[in-house]
Amino acid sequence: MRSIVCIKRVPDSEARVRVSADGRTIDDSGVKYVMNPYDEYALEEALRLKEEAGEGTVTAITVGPEEARETLRSALAMGADDGVLLRSNGSIDGVAVAQALADEITARDYDLVLFGKQAIDDDNMQVPAMVAQMLSLPCATVVVGLDIEGGVARAKREIEGGHEIVEFDLPGIVAAQKGLNDPRYPSLKGIMAAKRKPMEEKDVALAEPTIELLGLTPPPARAEPQIVGEGPEAVPELVRRLREEAKVL
Amino acid sequence: MADILAYAETRDGSLRPVAGEVVAAARKLADQLGGQALAVVTGGPGSAESAADLARFGADRILVTEAESLDLYQPDATVEILVSAAESLAPGAILFPASAQGKDLSARVAARLGVALASEVTEIAVEDRAPVVTRPMYGGKAYGRFRFLRSPALISIRPNVFPATVDPREGAMESMPPVDVVPRTRVVAIESAERTALDVREAPVVVAGGRGLQDAANWRLLEDLVEALGDDATLGASRAVVDAGWRPHSEQVGQTGKVVSPNLYFAIGISGAIQHLAGMRTAGVIVAVNKDAEAPIFGVANYGVVGDLFEVLPRLTEEIRAARGSGG
Repeated sequence: MRSIVCIKRVPDSEARVRVSADGRTIDDSGVKYVMNPYDEYALEEALRLKEEAGEGTVTAITVGPEEARETLRSALAMGADDGVLLRSNGSIDGVAVAQALADEITARDYDLVLFGKQAIDDDNMQVPAMVAQMLSLPCATVVVGLDIEGGVARAKREIEGGHEIVEFDLPGIVAAQKGLNDPRYPSLKGIMAAKRKPMEEKDVALAEPTIELLGLTPPPARAEPQIVGEGPEAVPELVRRLREEAKVL
Repeated sequence: MADILAYAETRDGSLRPVAGEVVAAARKLADQLGGQALAVVTGGPGSAESAADLARFGADRILVTEAESLDLYQPDATVEILVSAAESLAPGAILFPASAQGKDLSARVAARLGVALASEVTEIAVEDRAPVVTRPMYGGKAYGRFRFLRSPALISIRPNVFPATVDPREGAMESMPPVDVVPRTRVVAIESAERTALDVREAPVVVAGGRGLQDAANWRLLEDLVEALGDDATLGASRAVVDAGWRPHSEQVGQTGKVVSPNLYFAIGISGAIQHLAGMRTAGVIVAVNKDAEAPIFGVANYGVVGDLFEVLPRLTEEIRAARGSGG
């Protein structure tokens, strides 16, 4: 199995997000960056497929700033064989990012391209399906189960109230959801080995976005919180307020 | 001037609840832009009959492709139907539900049309006769406002946020032929959950539990509360309990789970980690029960009860059952 895993450097989910003074970016002072959590499921799946097949390669690709080198290094430490940094400041337009990835992927040999189902910064949840359309590849998104046999992938895709079973012939694209597997932690040996693994870097010019960010704001403020009371004795008053004040019962 | 297309999702030949929300949002936008709202429906047998209902939410025309082969969502065929509708009708915007199907489809259509897609939009305004949308980013820790530089504007709307306002129009039914494609991606079956539970993103009422429940077996207390709240309610869970294997990840609420906007959200035994708050802070009314008065969840809760949930919860279930029983 030859897999390509597309990953992204994002602020940690525990990070506080503050809007910068320019009103268009986030203030990243003190923000810890990590590999997008969903990408870890994608990478783990690629590593398992390679291990089960007993042969193959896992290549990690990212579109991002120079600092994304560290994210690639984490992927190599988990077990990816090589990394590719497509140096760019990124784009808010999923189409532009998908095109850059599609251009890189199409020049390579692969059986499977894996993504996390969405990046937890832009929350676009677009790029995997877009790359699939651009490369005329089959694609299953939000995947929580994957079996590959005889060149056919059978994916279990999360939908409201159940799952869809999706089949396609390789090569194809899978976007991983939490639950697909249990990602490994990099071993000390893996971290040491990562330092000697090949990493390719090149500049890419992303297409002009067809959408414009007018501004970023903090989330809307919520009503002043109220403590109704303590213990079960507070429950009748809570229910009264839910009925009469909030009118939600 | 600009017509608005609304993709009205079906399953098993019936409209999904979110279809009314999408068509109603398209109606409103069409009125602001001076155009028509056109519903696009694809699906298996029964879809055309059930699509007629979209007139109620303001569809001027209802374009239906009904085919045996579309009983399950077939992305390749559905993309072609949408692309062909976009090319022949030249709409100003295409609205999708930000559902599992709508998000898959909208991204594919955007790539085919070469235009941007705004996902999980929570607000649509009109400025200079063009749509301007607001959408949560960073799991809801920040909101972005966007305008589109090319037409059509592709927008997926977050379930449960836009009202399915009744505003009847003619709803003239037209049939669109299926487009002949060799499917690359084949959806072969749907496996439903054991009970036909509402999805946590689409339920008007969510009862979510956290580590304070202490054991997976204690979820029966939450199930009792869900039952007392009626058919609109479903279960949610914090990341900690999903990671502990107590609950399925499909119930997880938070930045790395589902971002939800129900009318009413109960946070039971959930302390309120940043990533959890990001996933539920757009709920209409938040009720928190926690024994720690300092828990961050109380910072976003409209109503908090400090106390032992094993004492508070049975009483809450009882009182709600009584309140609803008395005509509530």
